[in-house]
Amino acid sequence: MGFLKKKRWQRRHLMEAFMKFIMQVSLVFVAGALGLILWIIVVRGLPALSWDMVTKIPEGGYYMGKGGGILNAILGSLYLASGGTLLAMLFSIPIAMYLKTYLGDSKWGRYVRLSLDVLWGIPSIVYGAFGFTLMIALGIRASLLAGILVLALIELPIMTRAMDEVIRRMPVDLEHAALALGSTKFEVALRVVTRQMLPGITTAILLGFGRGIGDAASVLFTAGYTDRIPTSLMRPTASLPLAVFFQLGSPYPEVQQRGYAAALILTVIVLAVSLGSRWLSARLNKYTIK
Amino acid sequence: MSQVDPGNSPQPIQKVTGRLTRPVTASRARQNNLAQRTFFIFTLLPVLLILIVTVALLFRSWPIFNAYPLKDLLFGQVWKPNDGLFGFRPFILGTFWVTAVGVVLAVPACILVSIYLAEYAHNKTRSIAKPVLDLLAAIPPVVYGVWGLLAIVPFVDKVLAPLSGRWLDSVSIFAVNQPTGFGILSAGIVLAVMIAPLIISVMFEIFSTVPNDLRHASLAVGATQWQTIRNIILPQVGPGIIAAVVLGASRALGETIAVLMVVGNIPQIPTSIFDSAYPLPALIANNYGEMMSIPLYDAALLSAALVLLAVILIFNILSMLVIQRMLRRKWAS
Repeated sequence: MGFLKKKRWQRRHLMEAFMKFIMQVSLVFVAGALGLILWIIVVRGLPALSWDMVTKIPEGGYYMGKGGGILNAILGSLYLASGGTLLAMLFSIPIAMYLKTYLGDSKWGRYVRLSLDVLWGIPSIVYGAFGFTLMIALGIRASLLAGILVLALIELPIMTRAMDEVIRRMPVDLEHAALALGSTKFEVALRVVTRQMLPGITTAILLGFGRGIGDAASVLFTAGYTDRIPTSLMRPTASLPLAVFFQLGSPYPEVQQRGYAAALILTVIVLAVSLGSRWLSARLNKYTIK
Repeated sequence: MSQVDPGNSPQPIQKVTGRLTRPVTASRARQNNLAQRTFFIFTLLPVLLILIVTVALLFRSWPIFNAYPLKDLLFGQVWKPNDGLFGFRPFILGTFWVTAVGVVLAVPACILVSIYLAEYAHNKTRSIAKPVLDLLAAIPPVVYGVWGLLAIVPFVDKVLAPLSGRWLDSVSIFAVNQPTGFGILSAGIVLAVMIAPLIISVMFEIFSTVPNDLRHASLAVGATQWQTIRNIILPQVGPGIIAAVVLGASRALGETIAVLMVVGNIPQIPTSIFDSAYPLPALIANNYGEMMSIPLYDAALLSAALVLLAVILIFNILSMLVIQRMLRRKWAS
C-alpha cells in the first residue's frame, strides 16, 4: 500500500517536472528564433551597409554592383507607410470611439469587431489584388497614391482594434460620472474618451506604421518600383521590402549583399518603431485614469 | 462656500430639469444625434469592406469562371496560360502542404509556451516574453524570407535532408527527391515561426478566461499543476485552442513573400516535405507583371486570390466567433 502510494506520487511529480521542462524548452526555442533571426540579419547585413546605401539613390549600373544606394526605397517606404497610417487614422479613431461610447458590447458592436478581426486576417496579397482591380476600375497606374490607399486598408483593422483594446480598459465610472453630470455621449467621446485614448492612439499609429512599412505583397501590385524618389502622388515609388526582394533575386553577389543590408535597415526601422511604441505607451499611460 | 445658494442662482431650477426645452440643451442633443449618425457610417466601413473586396475580386475573375467549369479550374493539373490551360491543382496542393507543415511544426510548441506563460511563468518572465513575441510579430515577412534563405534553406539542405535520407528515405513524405533545400519544409519552418506569436497570444488569452476558482479547487485536493491543466483547464478551453490553430493556419495560407523566397516555386504535385512547391500567393505575386498580356490570365490570377480569400474568410470567421465567445465569458464572470 505504502509502496503503491509512493510510486504514484513519484510518477505524477515526474510528469510535472517533465512537462514544465519541455515548456521551458519551447519558450527558449521561440525566443531563440527571434535571436537567430536578428543575429543572421545583422551578421550578413552589416558588412554591406555603408553610408552610401542610405544617402544615395541607385546610380547607373547599380544593379550590376556599381555605386549608389537605396535612398529611393527608404524614402518611398516612409512616404507609403506614413500616408497609409495617416489615412487609416482618419477612419480608425472615429470607429474606435463609436465602439466605446455608443456600441459597447452590443450586437452591432460585436459585428463590427468581428469584421475588423476578419479584415485583419485577410492576407496582404489579396489586398494587393483588390487594389489592382480598383486601379483598373479607376484608371490609375501603379503609384504612391495607390500604394497608400491599399496600405491604409491593411492598417485600418490593426489600428482600430489596437485602440479598441486600450480604450476598453477605461473605467466605466469615468463615463458614468460624465453622463451623470448631464453630458451627452458625444461629449463623453470628445472630452473624456479622447484623453484616455491617447496612449492607445500612439500605440496604434506605431503598430500600423510598422505593419505598413514592412508589407511587400500589397505594394508589389500597387506602388510599382522606380529608382527615383517620388515627387508626386501619381508617380510609382520604390519601397524597402521590394528593394530587399529584388536585390536578392540578382545573380551578382554584391547586389545580393546590398539586399541583406537593406533587410537590416528595414529590420532596424521596424524594431525601433515596435520598441518605441512600447516605451511611449508606457509613458503616456501615466496620464490616464485607471 | 462654493455651493450656490438656490435663491441667488441665475436660473430657476425648473428650467434646468426641463431637458430639451432649453435651446442649448436641444442643440447639444442635436449635435449628439448627428455625431452618432456620422460615427455609425464610419463603422459600416469595415463590414462593407469585406463585401467590397469579395465582390470586386469575383467581378474581375468572372470571365474565367464563365469560360471553364469550376471543377476544371480547381482540379486541373496543367498550368499553361499561353495555351489557355488554367489548372490550379498543383498550386492548391502546394498551399495546403506548406500550411500543414507550418501548422504541425508550430502548434505543439505554441500550446506548451502559452500554457507555460498562462499557468507557470512569473510575472517577470511574462514581461520579458511579451516584448519578444511582439517583436517576432513585428518583423516584416521579407525579413523572414531573408532569414529563411540564409539560415533555414542551408540547414534543411545540409542537415535535415541528409538525416532524413539516411533514416526515413523509405517513408514517401520524407523522401529527398530534389536536394536543394528550397521546398515545403523550409517554407514550413519559416511559417511556423511567423504564425507562432499570433497563436501563442490567442491561446494565452483563452487560458486566462478560465476562472481561478477551478485551479484552486483542483490544487486544493492535491493535484499537481500539470494534472490541473490536463484534467481541468484543457477540457475548458478545447474549442478555443482549435480556433487559435485555425486562425494561425489562415495566416499561413496567405503568407506570400517569405514563402515565395524559400519554397522553390516549381508547379508540381508534391509528394514529400523536401519537394519544391508553388503555393497560390506565390503564383499571384510572381506573375502579376504578365497579367494583362495573355487573355484570361488576369481573371485566372484574381480568381486564385478569390479562392484564397474565400478559404481564409471561412477559417477566420469561424475561429473568431469561437474566440470572441470564449473571451466574452471572461468579461461576464
